[in-house]
Amino acid sequence: MTAALRPGTSACPACDAAPAAQAIAERAPQKDARLSLSLPTIHCAACISAVEHRLQAQPGVTSARVNLTLKRATVEAAPEVTAEALVAALEGIGYEAHELDAGALTATGADRAGRDLLMRLAVAGFASMNVMLLSVSVWSGAEAATRDMFHWISAAIALPTIVFSGRPFYVNAWSALKHSRLNMDVPIVLAILLAVATSLWETMLSGEHAYFDAALTLVFFLLAGRYLDYRTRAVARSAAEELAALEVPRALRMTAAGEEMVEVRELAVGDLVLVRPGGRMPVDGEIVEGRSELDRALLTGETVPVFAEPGRLVSAGEVNLTGPLVVRASAVGEDTSLHRMADLVAIAESGRSRYTSLADRAAKLYAPGVHILSALAFLGWYLYTFDLRTALNIAAAVLIITCPCALGLAVPAVTTAASGRLFRRGMLIKHATALERLAEVDTVVFDKTGTLTAGAPHLGNAAEFPARDLEVALALAMGSSHPLARALTATLAEAGVRPAQVSAIEEVPGFGTQGRFEGRQVRLGRAAWMGAEPLAGTAAFLSLGDGAAARAFRFSDRLRDGAAEAVRALKEAGKEVLLISGDSAGAVEDLAAELGITRWVAEALPEDKAARVQVLRGDGRRVLMVGDGLNDTAALAAADVSISPASALDAARVASDIVLLGGDLAPVAEALTTARAATRRIRENFRIATVYNVIAVPLAIAGLATPLIAALAMSLSSITVSLNALRLR
Amino acid sequence: MDVLVVLIPVSLILGGIGLLCFVFTVRSNQYDDPEGDARRILNSDWDEHPKP
Repeated sequence: MTAALRPGTSACPACDAAPAAQAIAERAPQKDARLSLSLPTIHCAACISAVEHRLQAQPGVTSARVNLTLKRATVEAAPEVTAEALVAALEGIGYEAHELDAGALTATGADRAGRDLLMRLAVAGFASMNVMLLSVSVWSGAEAATRDMFHWISAAIALPTIVFSGRPFYVNAWSALKHSRLNMDVPIVLAILLAVATSLWETMLSGEHAYFDAALTLVFFLLAGRYLDYRTRAVARSAAEELAALEVPRALRMTAAGEEMVEVRELAVGDLVLVRPGGRMPVDGEIVEGRSELDRALLTGETVPVFAEPGRLVSAGEVNLTGPLVVRASAVGEDTSLHRMADLVAIAESGRSRYTSLADRAAKLYAPGVHILSALAFLGWYLYTFDLRTALNIAAAVLIITCPCALGLAVPAVTTAASGRLFRRGMLIKHATALERLAEVDTVVFDKTGTLTAGAPHLGNAAEFPARDLEVALALAMGSSHPLARALTATLAEAGVRPAQVSAIEEVPGFGTQGRFEGRQVRLGRAAWMGAEPLAGTAAFLSLGDGAAARAFRFSDRLRDGAAEAVRALKEAGKEVLLISGDSAGAVEDLAAELGITRWVAEALPEDKAARVQVLRGDGRRVLMVGDGLNDTAALAAADVSISPASALDAARVASDIVLLGGDLAPVAEALTTARAATRRIRENFRIATVYNVIAVPLAIAGLATPLIAALAMSLSSITVSLNALRLR
Repeated sequence: MDVLVVLIPVSLILGGIGLLCFVFTVRSNQYDDPEGDARRILNSDWDEHPKP
């Protein structure tokens, strides 16, 4: 269910690898199953050997290998070995473990695109070092036959390397030219090809200047930039994949023979599916058996659980709270309401893809400028000397010196440093231009349930009750695993309340718990169950069976850690903060007042949220949306940039640019600061690169540039921008 | 200068060996778990079944 929701971007290299890996997996005989476990707490050499030994000691396990970098274990085991057994075994020796859905993880080991880039980078590095050494002897005065020999050896090394290592640039430049656009790769390719061609010509005529070293160094530095860029995104992608893989899509299907565990994608319309308390609905459907309550917070933002009984329609993604439910599937897989939301996201996202990054904007100015400059230099020198060779040499020198070596490194080096810094603070930057868009934000829109609040209820009015009532309530609440009952238990037990002697406690799914106390029936649960008037907010009612009206325990949602700090820091930074929630007006108003947010909207439908964000954008605002639910998904995609917590639905995480890994919201404000610093650094780097050009280009046009000057200008500017980027860490 | 005839091929071959070694390490997945491999070397476990 999770895998199909991912947008099918053609630019994602892992997508190409996944089907291939699947094909290989299908061909292999069904001998051993491969299980993946996530091990978030593992950190040392002793952990590795403890976990591996423990796993290998399990019956049926052939091999177990821990990857400490990814905090993951891969287990080859007989098909009957279940992940639950392995998780339990690891928990027995004190390691937290979670099963990962192997289908949602693309083969990390066989990461072809990254390996491909690394290989080209290595070849370019090898060749450029060799040619550079040969060039040093030419610069220091090798003459005549020696110089020619050195040039020929350089050519022999450079030509195959340029063909092999430069391939990514040729491909990119060609696809840009095909759509009659110019990108940064067009001048790069032109410079490389022209440099190699004129150098070859010069070598044949035993000329003095050959630019093989410059062409190779150029390729090497630019590939280094590409590789950095790729690494940054690969880290984010693998972490995002892991979040998705943590939700293993399985369901219990009821058949004539009994229950069986199946993959969600195998479910068909009309199947009966058993959903245990605490489980999430895998399909849209109708309840045919059982009573319970449903938590729809992730879908609608409502905090009050809804009563569920046979005949009620449920949608995929809702969480079953108290009793087991049997659901007849009416829509499965891609037809569920959860998946239809993905269409809304796709529409909203098309607006965002029009964002042009700083690098693209620079390229738009830069590429034509460079071409015109070198063409003018060529023409000028040709008309002045009528010597094609001199003119071509000078044109090549201009192209090489202006070539965006530093520009190609300026952006990836900064984004790598900034993403690394934010990753250590628990933020995952999924999108390449997310940082640049984040830096421009002036308006922040928060969702309430699950984003500003922790999504866990907190008892508010225990003080209004006499001690005896509290004791009865605690005894009843201890008999249930409903979130409200658990919150009640936690608060009262902490306050030192002891449970009363209530006998015959039983849970009535969908209603609450009841028992006998001093000969009377006592109940804790829904208002309707004891004939009380329901309240607007989240509440549980206590009836003592003594004829008095049932009284309500009111619950409020606890603030998420760091929420208050994040809102305060954002307001201090001069951002406008808005709260848009699907919850009732009372709850939203209370929270807004508590956080000091003046503009809020309650009872917003998903379309309303997206529309409001669109309106804000229409007013020229740059909007950051922070949300977690399905009802936020469209708004997340519609905003300029979006953040979702790790606890969010998969659909919301897919739609957002940045994922918060921890439970704390405070890094949001910090991310904005880092993003602004990063953009400033990128602009600085562009300026540094321009300064180098301003100094070196007149030399090149005047015909004074030698390969030595080209090599110096290129290396110095690349090193300067890289060092400048590292200041962000 | 005749020594160049020997030195240049020698330096190229040595560099090429380095490149081939690097290609081998990439192909045999040695960069998949840099952190884990750095720690595994400190592992004092006796390996009963070393890989052939």
